[in-house]
Amino acid sequence: MTLKKFAVTFALGSMALLTAGATVSTAQSHVNSPDPLLGTPSVATETSNIDGITGHAESGKHLYRRFCIGCHGPDGNGQGMNAQWIDPKPRDFTEATFKCRSTPTGTLPTDEDLYNAITRGFVTTNMPSWRPLNPQQRADLVAFIKTWSPRWAKEKPGASLNIPPETAITIESILHGRELFQKLECWKCHGPEGHADGPSASTLTDSKGNPILPFNFSTGERFMCGDSNRDLYRIFMTGLDGSPMPSFADVIQPNDAWDLVHFLRTLQVALPNQELTLWQTYKAAHGKDLKPIGPDSAGGAQ
Amino acid sequence: MPTKFREGANPMNIKWSRWKTILTCAFLVLAIVLCDARAASALPAGKVIALPMFARKYGLPCSACHTAWPELNNFGQVFRDNGYQLMNDRDSPIWQNPSYFPISFRITPSWHRETTTNQQVDSVPGNGLGDGIGTLTQAGFDLSGMDLWSGGTLYKNISFILLPSSDPTAVWHFESAFIRFDNLWHSPWLNVKFGRFELDNLISEKRFLFLSANGGLYQIYHFDNPGSSNNFGYGDNQIGVELAGHSANSYTRYSVSVLSSNEGGVNFTTDVVPGGTPSNRSYDVNLAFSQAFNAPGTPGESGFGLERVGAFAYIGQRPTNYETELGTQLVGINNKPFFRIGFAGDLSYKNLELMPLFIYGHDNPYLGAGVPSTAPLPPGAQAPTFYGGFLEAHYYFNPQNVALARFEQINVGQQAFTNTSFGGSNGNITAVSFGYRWYPIMFSRAGVALDGEFSRVRTIGQEPESGNGTGVVGNPTGAVWSNSIYFGIDFDF
Repeated sequence: MTLKKFAVTFALGSMALLTAGATVSTAQSHVNSPDPLLGTPSVATETSNIDGITGHAESGKHLYRRFCIGCHGPDGNGQGMNAQWIDPKPRDFTEATFKCRSTPTGTLPTDEDLYNAITRGFVTTNMPSWRPLNPQQRADLVAFIKTWSPRWAKEKPGASLNIPPETAITIESILHGRELFQKLECWKCHGPEGHADGPSASTLTDSKGNPILPFNFSTGERFMCGDSNRDLYRIFMTGLDGSPMPSFADVIQPNDAWDLVHFLRTLQVALPNQELTLWQTYKAAHGKDLKPIGPDSAGGAQ
Repeated sequence: MPTKFREGANPMNIKWSRWKTILTCAFLVLAIVLCDARAASALPAGKVIALPMFARKYGLPCSACHTAWPELNNFGQVFRDNGYQLMNDRDSPIWQNPSYFPISFRITPSWHRETTTNQQVDSVPGNGLGDGIGTLTQAGFDLSGMDLWSGGTLYKNISFILLPSSDPTAVWHFESAFIRFDNLWHSPWLNVKFGRFELDNLISEKRFLFLSANGGLYQIYHFDNPGSSNNFGYGDNQIGVELAGHSANSYTRYSVSVLSSNEGGVNFTTDVVPGGTPSNRSYDVNLAFSQAFNAPGTPGESGFGLERVGAFAYIGQRPTNYETELGTQLVGINNKPFFRIGFAGDLSYKNLELMPLFIYGHDNPYLGAGVPSTAPLPPGAQAPTFYGGFLEAHYYFNPQNVALARFEQINVGQQAFTNTSFGGSNGNITAVSFGYRWYPIMFSRAGVALDGEFSRVRTIGQEPESGNGTGVVGNPTGAVWSNSIYFGIDFDF
């Protein structure tokens, strides 16, 4: 190849790059910065603090672009390119409404709540566990997520729920929990056997009007916000904001809440657990004495 | 003598090399500036294309799993280690619409120019004498081979990959085909893969970013000492069974593979297409281990990133003779051993990724001499050895733009014969490659990458590993220089 030919090749290659770049660049978008007029926290300065790790929104923005934008969108509003194919829909960060919190319903979650949600992911949704990202990266993402809503500039996160020590797992506790399950009408959504087939189940929608299903205890091994008894306690004491699941913090006392936890575990027939073993033994001996859960047991399930 | 051969008779023509190098570098610099300027302003965000069959299934951006497609990041590594599962209870095929089919294809139309010096040619075209030494230059538009990927889960914790792959002329073979039983006894430490697959390489040649003839392979993954009958290549897919495990975040990984000693061949031969020699009846073992850790950043800043280091060893054997019937080879026998050991790293400093690798190789003298082990070794025969490695660097301007560079050096430590007339450096390889990949279109269902590369390889007395050239070295004691200039549009759907 002569120098002349090589130069021609070089020029053609350059033009090809230019042409391709000009063709596609107009049709694309990138991560948008939150509108400062809305009073959102600054990407340049917003941080998160999780167990000694300081996350930086500026770093989180790059990570968001890489990992999150496909679902949560370039504007953080849950309108990513893939959102139309996803059920349940991705979280809208501009509303700053989060299901998994340790804080009272209606309040902002703590940084650690968001960090735990990113780390854990959400079962039966398209949100995977991001544990493969290192802790610093997850902390950076938390910081950036907080720049999408002005609430983070105006409000403080609520106080974390104080979870008392778990009470003993006894048949009395389970039976009392069963009464509460009837009394609080949990069965209307989750179904008498926890199959997510209660009479209201098919009518449920989230805060954006999208259909939503209640948790199916009989098949689900993990809950959306964790898998321990403490997590389950926290879920119904704080509620899942943005979903029909309310907070019961003002309705039941801590000891009652633990009883409800113990009963709910007996509905998880696919997951061997202490409560289930105890319940099955009791039920074998006294099953015929139990009133069924449902509309006919208005006076109590036991 | 034709003009082009006269020019090529001096492979170290300084004037030409300098100009070509300057122009090539200018081309790449322009590409980098152009692409990065566009990327910084208006390019799509964070949708580096992956295997779209997975992107379609999960609705995640492809950049979630790839530093730059097709190289995996740690999230992608965990996904792969988990048996192509995100572990969010949506991995089973029953979650998908029945019309979903886990398949994607990849091919790269390209323009490239290949130049190889010190080649045996006919001094007068058509005389059929092979009496000249010249430079072979080829240039034009071309196609890559095609990959037709299918993969995913057959059931929860049972995954598979099926990869029919063709060369540019559409001769097909099964590049990968395996089933994997994942998370046995609910433990990520126990996974069993069965079939044909890539070795558990910390630095994967199957998922790397270079495409050109000379740059599109790790030289050391395919190196064997000159004259050796050993056909092993560490980068080649092998066939067998693999036990592998990993921690929850895949920071700690191990694998133990038992493989047929036939270089991944099928139908009891040493190749995946018809024509391979018969295989033997023995087995090889590959061991790999790696550990990753987080490198903390300077106070007040985010960390440097994930650092991974690992080591590996391959212990194998190859036949030195064959059972025959009327002279036709039937089964390889009289095996003799060889091994490869090495270490590698995948190191991050913010947007810069550095990947060093070192390998030491050792063959039995019978393999080096290429004689049956039932016969005495020829005079001067000794165990051939080599050592070498590479350092590859990636700089990620963002998920859609990455600049690439690699330096590779392989030295023959010990020739197969003490009395070789070719000198101790026969077979040594030095290679440099530069490239740039820009992903202008990155959707979860399809992707396009523009790939520009320059690669230059010097091989002492041997044909380049790329296969460029006529197949016969003109001066067997001299250097063969092989250059690739490449521009391709890499797309998959």
